Amino acid sequence: MDLSLSTRTEGDRTIVEVGGEIDVYTAPRLREQLVDLVADGKYHLVVDMERVDFLDSTGLGVLVGGLKRVRAHDGSLRLVCTQERILKIFRITGLTKVFPIHATVAEAVSATE
Amino acid sequence: MATVELRFSALPAHVRTARLVAAAVARRSGVDEAVLDEVRLAVGEACSRAVHLHRRHCPEVPVLVTLVDGPDLFRVAVTDEAPAGDGADDDMDLEGLADNADLDLDAVPPGVGLAVISGLVDDVSVEPAAAGAPGMVVRMSWPISA
Repeated sequence: MDLSLSTRTEGDRTIVEVGGEIDVYTAPRLREQLVDLVADGKYHLVVDMERVDFLDSTGLGVLVGGLKRVRAHDGSLRLVCTQERILKIFRITGLTKVFPIHATVAEAVSATE
Repeated sequence: MATVELRFSALPAHVRTARLVAAAVARRSGVDEAVLDEVRLAVGEACSRAVHLHRRHCPEVPVLVTLVDGPDLFRVAVTDEAPAGDGADDDMDLEGLADNADLDLDAVPPGVGLAVISGLVDDVSVEPAAAGAPGMVVRMSWPISA
């Protein structure tokens, strides 16, 4: 399954809904999306990963890059994920300490530091 | 003789194919269904690493994946032909990655792929592919339950 991307706005948050596989082939498209949003002045991002089937270290790299970009503007990048197989890779790499990970989009949207 | 041997051009698009083939052969070999996600991710990471190295050093050379079924283990070897010592496999301190993620990182360093494999797979080794030849081979195996 290829990568699918869609964005919508809720208040000051921009929700990026990602589906399919984030790997070495598709990750550049997600990177481009995050770069475009930041260039467009969207600094508070919620990446909804509930429909992601596969995530590898290239995908993690793009998310870390996105976090770095929004933080440069005092922004935030929150993840929505409850899938154990995806959460596992965040735990293995220690990135659960870096990304706030929420169970629902509503929770991520209402969250503050 | 490998059960299935796959040789693919060093292009990111083919890494998915390698993952799907590996998962299909693993399933057929009797690897537990619960572990197939692990096989898919580990093989993908090993192939991404090889593609990354080939594109940098020898883009015309294909990446080799061999999948061997049984008798007790499902074994995977991903072989690259890139010259050693370019630092791509430097040990990664994952805690360090997390701590430094807000610093000057646009991507996770290339060693993270191997670190992910090590975190997932109990039986993994990375060694020179052959005496006198360039390249490394990442070997992984999983028990066959059926």
